[in-house]
Amino acid sequence: MQDQLQAPPAAGMRPAASASDASLSGAAQAAQQAETLLELDHVSLSFGGVKAIRDVSFDVNKGEIRAIIGPNGAGKTSMLNVINGFYHPQEGTITFKGRARQDMRPDIAAGQGIARTFQNVALFKGMSTLDNIMVGRSLKMKRGLIWQMLRIGPAEEEEIRHRLAVEHIIDFLEIQHIRKTAVGQLPYGLQKRVELGRALAMEPDLLLLDEPMAGMNLEEKEDMSRFILTVNDSFGMTIALIEHDMGVVMDLSDRVVVLDHGKKIADGTPDEVGANQHVIDAYLGVAH
Amino acid sequence: MDWVLTLLNKLFVAPLVEIAGAPDLFIQVLWEGFVAGTLYSLIALGFVLIFKASGVFNFAQGIMVVFGALSLVGLYSLGIPAWAALALCIVIMFSLAWTVERVVLRPLVNQPDIILFMATIGLSSFLVGFGEFVFGGEPKTMITAELGLPSGSIDLAIAGGLVSLQKIDIAAALMSAVMVTGLAVFFNKTRIGRALRAVADDHQSALSVGITLQQIWVIVWFAAGVVALATGIMWGARSDVSFALEVVALKALPVLILGGFTSIPGAIIGGLIIGVSEKLAEFYWGPLVGGSIESWFPYFLALIFLWFRPQGLFGEKIIERV
Amino acid sequence: MFYREAGQFKTNYRDDLAIFPILQDRIAIGALLAFMFIVVPLIADDFWLNTVLIPTLIFALAAIGLNILTGYCGQLSLGTGGFMGVGAYSCYKLATIYPDVNIVILILLSGFFAAAVGVFFGLPSLRIKGFYLAVATLASQFFLEWAFGRIPWLYNYNDSGAIDGVNRSLFGIPLSEPYGAPYFQYLVVLTIVVVLTWIASNLIRGRYGRAWMAVRDMDIAAELIGIKLLRTKLLAFAVSSYYAGVAGAMMVFLSLGSAEVEVFDIFNASFPILFMIIIGGLGSLIGSFMGAAFITGLPILIRATPALVDLQVEAATAEHIQLMTTGALIIFFLIIEPHGLARLWHIGKQKLRVWPFPY
Repeated sequence: MQDQLQAPPAAGMRPAASASDASLSGAAQAAQQAETLLELDHVSLSFGGVKAIRDVSFDVNKGEIRAIIGPNGAGKTSMLNVINGFYHPQEGTITFKGRARQDMRPDIAAGQGIARTFQNVALFKGMSTLDNIMVGRSLKMKRGLIWQMLRIGPAEEEEIRHRLAVEHIIDFLEIQHIRKTAVGQLPYGLQKRVELGRALAMEPDLLLLDEPMAGMNLEEKEDMSRFILTVNDSFGMTIALIEHDMGVVMDLSDRVVVLDHGKKIADGTPDEVGANQHVIDAYLGVAH
Repeated sequence: MDWVLTLLNKLFVAPLVEIAGAPDLFIQVLWEGFVAGTLYSLIALGFVLIFKASGVFNFAQGIMVVFGALSLVGLYSLGIPAWAALALCIVIMFSLAWTVERVVLRPLVNQPDIILFMATIGLSSFLVGFGEFVFGGEPKTMITAELGLPSGSIDLAIAGGLVSLQKIDIAAALMSAVMVTGLAVFFNKTRIGRALRAVADDHQSALSVGITLQQIWVIVWFAAGVVALATGIMWGARSDVSFALEVVALKALPVLILGGFTSIPGAIIGGLIIGVSEKLAEFYWGPLVGGSIESWFPYFLALIFLWFRPQGLFGEKIIERV
Repeated sequence: MFYREAGQFKTNYRDDLAIFPILQDRIAIGALLAFMFIVVPLIADDFWLNTVLIPTLIFALAAIGLNILTGYCGQLSLGTGGFMGVGAYSCYKLATIYPDVNIVILILLSGFFAAAVGVFFGLPSLRIKGFYLAVATLASQFFLEWAFGRIPWLYNYNDSGAIDGVNRSLFGIPLSEPYGAPYFQYLVVLTIVVVLTWIASNLIRGRYGRAWMAVRDMDIAAELIGIKLLRTKLLAFAVSSYYAGVAGAMMVFLSLGSAEVEVFDIFNASFPILFMIIIGGLGSLIGSFMGAAFITGLPILIRATPALVDLQVEAATAEHIQLMTTGALIIFFLIIEPHGLARLWHIGKQKLRVWPFPY
């Protein structure tokens, strides 16, 4: 009976911690019970002589919000680029959804369920909000050339189906009023929202956000935080985000990893990390 | 598989045999290639000057070559002595540069590069029409003797045969060398030259630092105009001055691909490579397929080159950041 | 006041996604098509049909092709003339080999040959961008020009080196130049152009159009979303060359009657078509038509003007003035409205919306 009930552990699944392991904090215990979605193991990346990432290991659990923070130049964006497949690390392995991978291309990463936003909004400036988000559905649209040329029947059905999905996202992000506006004409804050919408349209398993609050005022930040939390709570999406605003990081994230000069200097809950002397030193610029 | 061997034989072995059998002919072809290459380099040089300092790809460079030459011949035919005509031509090229800056470049200062490129295509069309309108469409002879340029040829007995070098070609090569050195010194050693290089990267930042774009653009288009004039004179001296030159000027594009869009030495080396390879290909491979492969061979060469090195020999590596 | 969408609300996405969602647009298009199909053949004389309308339609089709490649997908191409030539020469060979097959079918088939050549020469776009790609397309242009003149099989070993028209009919009525009546040729050309334009519009509004525009605007981001760059670019080359090929075949067999290589060279084809999409508006189907009408009509206008004002002007001078005017107008348009006539059209419609108020 026992053997039948006990399913073999899937790759990447950690065995549940015993309840008596009181030395671990509650959150860490929860983390140990969670399923690992992404794992970076001793990853190093250099460009020519510059070492952008040095021997960094951390993981991201399914369903959590993981913040990556650190002073400027710490290698945070490079980290996301590695996860995405833009950069190939010289050392280390990356395991996503249980499968280790070596070389990854951005479009393959997309196919596997990783979506991303950028520091300098990478929207298609010549297209409208609606079209930008519809592009996010590309991977899910299947109808081929002939149907596209004739645009009746199946191609039209598909277009309408995906339009519906996109409209849900538009409603959720409250951007109905700018649906048909060319994104190049939108203010920065709204552009960031559209970019989030495009990433959401991909229905990814892992959402990478590169400074989603950058350049926003308080009200916009509150809106964006609300969206991120809802995406994580209601849609169950795993999120890894880079952020500079400490208040946001503390409020939003479940766990935090801190990078400085390419190395990991702390990893834990926001409270643990906030109290960590190394982290404080790094931000204050104290040599260590 | 026989056909593979025959093909390889025809392409590589037979020409080598031919070369070995008539080395003087080979050297002659090499020289012709060198000469053509020098002229391509000069046209490419005009492109590089403008691109280096303003980021604009001046499609009208070829027509400026024709225009310069036509103006010179036209002025001379009005009775003006050769050297005065030359001086007047330089003034004309200056006015052209000034007009282009005011009418075309200034209104488009913040537009993306592709818009400026298309504007130069429009400019090229305009200058062709204007040139034909003012000077007429028939070919003209260059006033070589009146300018003091040598004619005739030097015959060298090399490698058991005869190689004939036109004196005008030697003069052209020397003149290009002088111009290139002068320009290289200008860009690297003088204050204005450095300012020009700064402008190329970013119009708007240059403005915010206080460099007057207008002056720089006029200077650089004028310099390109002078190079174009010199090219036109040299080229016109070898064959007549006509609008057919404009098509040949498109050959400068493969040169730029090989040499990079911003490198003066690149333009020279690229030009020589294109010139020599084109003539060799035409002479030894051309007959296999009916001849005239000069018209597309340089482009294919550039294409293959681009595949492996998208930024050319000397160009800056294109780094895209997101 | 006239052009208001007030009262026209869409209750489902299907209506919103239609080609012409606004009622006034639908009426206008309907009227235009009715006019083009019914009225024009009745009232237009041969000059208008042969010199203005048919060439404009044919060039508009080629312009749509180039617009798809350059305007929507952002791949600058200077080789349109060459692809038109491939269509023309393929049609010629097909007509020779299959004398019994309908010429319209042959025209539509020859586009595929052009598409294949287009895909081949589009391969460099995987690694090469911008100006560099333009130069690569010149390679295709010059090579094809050379091939048309130097491969005798292509022109059936004619002494003249040119390809000749063939005598073909449709539904029993003579069609191909020089045997067909202009009004019939016009109707066939118009039908083909309207159908292919509709197909282009469908493609552009669908996922491929969005993929093209994404590649144009920021190909790195497009890749991140999962768009396969090479496939998208090659598709653009294929579709674009197909349109150019059909246009080329129509040009020879339904308009000119015979053609030499020069018809498809850079100065007679590639550049004028590029000018058409610049002046008409990059990334706009209606712009392609406007640009084609403009560039085709301009020489005619310039040639006709002196007569109107009783001035004697030589043919050569008229040509010079035409070149100057085209060049000057391109610069003018780029300064005033880089997005071309199509943008001016949209602005006009916008003004109509708020008329009689200024804004």
